[in-house]
Amino acid sequence: MKTEKLTTDILIIGGGTAGCYAALTISENSDKKVIICEKAHIKRSGCLAAGVNALNAYITEGRTPQDYVDYAKHDADGIVREDLLLTMSERLNSVTHRLEQLGLVILKDENGKYVTRGNRNLKINGENIKPILAKAVEALPNTTILNRVNVIDFAVKDNRIQGAFGIGIDDDTFYTIEAKAVIIATGGAAGLYKPNNPGFSRHKMWYPPFNTGAGYAMGIKAGAEMTTFEMRFIALRCKDTIAPTGTLAQGVGAKQVNSLGEVYETKYGLTTSERVYGTVNENQEGRGPCYLRTEGITPEQDESLLKAYLNMAPSQTIKWIESGKNPSQQNVEIEGTEPYIVGGHTASGYWVDTKRATTINGLFAGGDVAGGAPQKYVTGALAEGEIAALSAVEYVSENDISPIESSNIDSHISEVENFLTKKDSHFTTEQLEEAMQSVMDSYAGGIKTNYRFNEKQLDIADYKIKQLTELSNSLYAEDFQELMYIYELRERLTVCRSVIAHLKARKETRWHSFAENLDYPNKDDKNFNKYVNSRFENGEIKIILRDLVPGGKSYEHSN
Amino acid sequence: MSIAINKQKCVGCGRCRNVCPGSLIKIDESGKAYIKYPKDCWGCTSCIKECPVHAINFYLGADIGGMGSMVHTEKNGDILSWIIEKPQGDTIKIDINQRESNKY
Ligand code: SF4
Ligand code: SF4
Repeated sequence: MKTEKLTTDILIIGGGTAGCYAALTISENSDKKVIICEKAHIKRSGCLAAGVNALNAYITEGRTPQDYVDYAKHDADGIVREDLLLTMSERLNSVTHRLEQLGLVILKDENGKYVTRGNRNLKINGENIKPILAKAVEALPNTTILNRVNVIDFAVKDNRIQGAFGIGIDDDTFYTIEAKAVIIATGGAAGLYKPNNPGFSRHKMWYPPFNTGAGYAMGIKAGAEMTTFEMRFIALRCKDTIAPTGTLAQGVGAKQVNSLGEVYETKYGLTTSERVYGTVNENQEGRGPCYLRTEGITPEQDESLLKAYLNMAPSQTIKWIESGKNPSQQNVEIEGTEPYIVGGHTASGYWVDTKRATTINGLFAGGDVAGGAPQKYVTGALAEGEIAALSAVEYVSENDISPIESSNIDSHISEVENFLTKKDSHFTTEQLEEAMQSVMDSYAGGIKTNYRFNEKQLDIADYKIKQLTELSNSLYAEDFQELMYIYELRERLTVCRSVIAHLKARKETRWHSFAENLDYPNKDDKNFNKYVNSRFENGEIKIILRDLVPGGKSYEHSN
Repeated sequence: MSIAINKQKCVGCGRCRNVCPGSLIKIDESGKAYIKYPKDCWGCTSCIKECPVHAINFYLGADIGGMGSMVHTEKNGDILSWIIEKPQGDTIKIDINQRESNKY
């Protein structure tokens, strides 16, 4: 194993949507040196690999950023940070224009105005959105991109970030990177729960299966305050292909119907969690399967849909073609996915202030790892990348490197070497991953229990996840890719523990499906119109209930 | 779903390997690309769009309703063509102009 030590002004961990935009912002506003660590390759990594066919967060004419805040707040039944949502919403349009300048195709009318879909969406051709962003980043001066370097831990001393440690899966190298400031932009966590199709197509999931919650896990381990892990995200998707349903629901107005042909969505409500819950319930009460009613749409709509899906989720188009029937000839069956933790859709993640500063000095967060601001989508992640970048630039002009002690480097190297040493274990990383997904599925509200759970089950889940964490100490990796898989598993296990603790702490049911506690089936505004936060201290997860930050006020850290 | 790489066609340029967000594609001793972890494919089609000689196809697994069609893309200027070869032998081609936005 080779070792390498690098030094920079700002380290960006994760070259996805938020990370790339942070790099662009730093370069436009300073001459600071930047290193981006990306576990794959920035050209197609992260959520946007296959493309996206709409920008879902834009302030359309006649609307204000506050309207967007109100929408997201309503959808999350109050548990959001309005200050974060507002600072994000104020930048949605400028980042959109920047994307267009970089080359993104956005639909316009004859007067050159963007064509909107509903109140918040723009129509685009987003197949190449990630290559567009990556190309702009690759051209930046002062920016070094380390592709295939997977960061495994922060270096933190006295609650001040010093940098991070990583493994190069192509060059078998252990990296120590010192930085004055760090931006964490690694994305959310998929693969915690048993997926819809656990066999051959186990990775045919909604969220990138390669997003393993690394950023959350590193923050938890470093003692950062984290928020709202109990607000899990469950997507309502086209069955099997797990392709998006928004294009059908909003694009061609397809309603959710049960097998009797009855429109059921109005019965349960239209928030994100209610749409999932309604589908679960219709199935349970014997009126499944459920569909999006596309029968009867026009041939032109058919053709457009086939193309739209090729631009973001090609397997759905292939499915239509293989079945020999277009959406106008058959309704599209829908199902809920396994739960994910993803701060771009719900409010899970780092507890940050409006500058996107975490509770660790010098560590900033943007995109799916940053909590408190759901419904970010692409443009919200860009906006948060921009804010985190500006804050990091400001921070590094006032703070120098805090050198990483050699003892800390040595202990990380010996951990890596331990995993690379052959030992007598019957268990493989894959086995433990499947065991973890089974535990979460059965005892922490997975698909198997219709997303429901009780406290006794959560206790079992916690016990078993701790056991699996123990077992993961004796895993063996034949090469650096397998080493990455071990770290990914351990990240997921760390996130699982926090999710379980948060689900247990919110003793109410505010969101059906997302956090449906059968011991407390009702909403309890008196006690739980609050944030459930946590901090990992001495091996235990300490829960902190915090009062909501009222609209019009900004929260500030008081260290 | 997963991908299949045609070794006869592959010229070993390594572009698919570079771009895969899961680092699933490797190059074997003969310099040809292969997918080392087929079950871990996300189906993002990034590798397919990179391949200069159209050596990579993707297909739906039988567990999610796949019927055996093989899919690849070809790019000509602004036109990205999706070519779907059905097992019965007929081929469907869908052209997308990348300068044009999605309508829905
Ligand atoms: S389709 Fe995507 S995930 Fe699958 S092998 Fe190709 S690049 Fe990798
Ligand atoms: S991109 Fe195509 S030609 Fe190049 S290595 Fe991959 S399969 Fe072979």
